[in-house]
Amino acid sequence: MKIAILGMGAVGRGVLELVDGKDLGLTVTGLADSKSGLMDKDGIHIEEVLAAKQERGYCGDKSISATDIVEQADYDVLIEVTPTDAKTGEPATGFIRKAIARGNHVVTSNKGPIALHYAALQSLARKHRVSIRYEATVGGAIPVMHTLQHGLAGNRVLAIFGILNGTCNFILTRMAAEGLTYDQALLEAREMGYAEADPTYDVKGIDAAIKLVILSNTIWKRNVKLDDVEITGIDMLTTDALRLAEEQHCTIRLIAEAVPDRGVLRVAPRVLPKNHPLVVEGSLNAITIETDMAGEITLIGKGAGSRETASAIIGDVLFIRETHARGH
Amino acid sequence: MKLEMKDTPGQLVAALKPISDVGGNIIAVIHQRDEKTDGDVLAVQIVLELQEQRLGELLSLIKGQGVNVVRIGKERLLYKQTVIMIGHIMHTDLGDTVDRIDCTGYAEVTELTMVMPAISEPSSARLVIRAVNKEDMEQALGILRGVAKEKNLLIIEPLEGIG
Repeated sequence: MKIAILGMGAVGRGVLELVDGKDLGLTVTGLADSKSGLMDKDGIHIEEVLAAKQERGYCGDKSISATDIVEQADYDVLIEVTPTDAKTGEPATGFIRKAIARGNHVVTSNKGPIALHYAALQSLARKHRVSIRYEATVGGAIPVMHTLQHGLAGNRVLAIFGILNGTCNFILTRMAAEGLTYDQALLEAREMGYAEADPTYDVKGIDAAIKLVILSNTIWKRNVKLDDVEITGIDMLTTDALRLAEEQHCTIRLIAEAVPDRGVLRVAPRVLPKNHPLVVEGSLNAITIETDMAGEITLIGKGAGSRETASAIIGDVLFIRETHARGH
Repeated sequence: MKLEMKDTPGQLVAALKPISDVGGNIIAVIHQRDEKTDGDVLAVQIVLELQEQRLGELLSLIKGQGVNVVRIGKERLLYKQTVIMIGHIMHTDLGDTVDRIDCTGYAEVTELTMVMPAISEPSSARLVIRAVNKEDMEQALGILRGVAKEKNLLIIEPLEGIG
């Protein structure tokens, strides 16, 4: 199967390395970063391209753009892993639309287009009889979308509760375990590479809220938006608060919660017993799905990382290959 | 409550039926045969939720079934939750904050632990709230949420709803 990849950040590189290192039956025929692009219908030499990117900072020919790759390369699935713009969803949404309109499948890790335009992109994909999959947008390596759409098929999902931001979970874990202040724990998260230079999106709960929107729309198709989520971050938390919770064998975690029957859609720090299944350590993510038939299912796994996110993307690509090969 | 009844078939059902008749909710029935007091009398403990004003009615109905009520222990506020608050808790009239819950009649702040660092730094407090039932707890938390908003306090609620 032929794939084109847009974006050569940590996720794009992770996908390239795995496609190169594992015998998955995938050929990269198009590739673009923010400055350049290249295409080869017989397959791009991945090691050479990774080395070139490392050496000179771009991957291919500066006269070839990402749009050129989307419109002209010979591929079956577009892997869209450019940086997220949560406000506009661009330029990713444009790339995705073009690829679908050409009759190609799309796999993305980009939260912007899915959180903002889920319904429109799905109906466009249906119209062109292709798939758009986005496992990597929520929970990193955790196969939550596959679980919801396939494993739990036929269930009515009553509620979801999740730890969807590894940075916040790392900070809270360190505050509780070592008695660090919020600022100290944030600094440590930065040094460990868990937090961005501007951690606003993470610590204010916005990143978790965007993921909650994606999950909600996947499950309930009610077209909710980021503005519908009631959001409280973790940046006001004190070490004392964590200690007070600890004294009662509890702790504090940033929980994203959606319970449509009660009109609840919110992200906020919450007090939980330490033995609660959602209380995971460090940068892990966890999601509890409450259903009518299966009861509660809790998934735990790595919420970020180059290889882990690439795992979710490759899972989507191979799923598309399997389902569409069977259909034809 | 602890009941004594004849150890014959149908007696336990006869004792339990009036509870639902008066709108009570049975939480547990502890029925230990080895605790037999004397001869054919059986002791049963029942934990239930019931509106207080209907207790008299229930007792006479149970008595009417020939069952003897040995003991009644009452705990009005069965439902307990822990909430953490952060902010200028003291200077935004802590007494009033607690009062807004206490004055509802169905919920109370039964424990308060507070840590106050330097004067200008935000304090942290742990409140244990007790309420008559889950619905009342929701109401009480709603009130607290409103107070927190008004006084610019951060409130960290317990995670409920799973299970």
